[in-house]
Amino acid sequence: MTINIDNYLGLHSTALNLRSQRAKLLANNLANADTPNYKARDIDFRSSLQKARQNHGAQPGKTHAAHIPLTANAGAHALQYRVPTQPSLDGNTVDTQVEQGKFTDNAIRYQASLQFLNKRITGLIRTLRSE
Amino acid sequence: MSLFKIFDIAGSGMSAQNLRLNTTASNMANADSVATKPEDAYKSRQAVFSAMLQNSFDQNSGGVGVQTLGIVESQAEHNMRFEPGHPLANEEGYIFDSNVNTIEEMANMISASRSYQTNVEVLNTSKKLLLQTLKLGE
Repeated sequence: MTINIDNYLGLHSTALNLRSQRAKLLANNLANADTPNYKARDIDFRSSLQKARQNHGAQPGKTHAAHIPLTANAGAHALQYRVPTQPSLDGNTVDTQVEQGKFTDNAIRYQASLQFLNKRITGLIRTLRSE
Repeated sequence: MSLFKIFDIAGSGMSAQNLRLNTTASNMANADSVATKPEDAYKSRQAVFSAMLQNSFDQNSGGVGVQTLGIVESQAEHNMRFEPGHPLANEEGYIFDSNVNTIEEMANMISASRSYQTNVEVLNTSKKLLLQTLKLGE
């Protein structure tokens, strides 16, 4: 019997990666809360995760910094613009409260994925131990 | 790991808000400064923010924080006051006030400090997540 670690860890490692990318996006929104004409952006997590799963494993290398990446991550998130509830006069669409809520939500879900992953790993280690 | 980038992003946000607080402090301190000529009078200073984009190829990255393009001086009219006894009064006996709007500056200060707090919170959360990730599998 062979164990494929990638399959064993399942969805969670991909989810963790996506969660950290989304955290970065939301942090960027929050940092630009006072920037005129800045448009808040986010990803659709469900479709991004599906795409990342499909593209899993197919990652051509880059030989130049300016190459357009074809990695799973590049196709994974189609950035979308947030629809503002209260558009402001300076063209900024960041609603700090909304972004903060989403950031916290994302952080908790990151921790959840982390915990799932942790349990899998400790489970594997326990199996490997010959006691 | 994108989480490491958050330190840069939140850091850029904090430094931008810090600069805004600095200009506000300068404006408030000079709100009552007077001068003989309108061009010498203190002009309210405002920071100009802009979103940083890594490069056009990396659209998916979603940018890397905020940058300050510069500080602009307000072109608003200076209030002219008739005070012949003032040591800085011109020949006609007028002095010129700064064009700082104190109420606007107070609102600016509160907004800047709230935004700063938000960035600190983002930084703290990311730090917590990263520390937990380091402990993965223990």
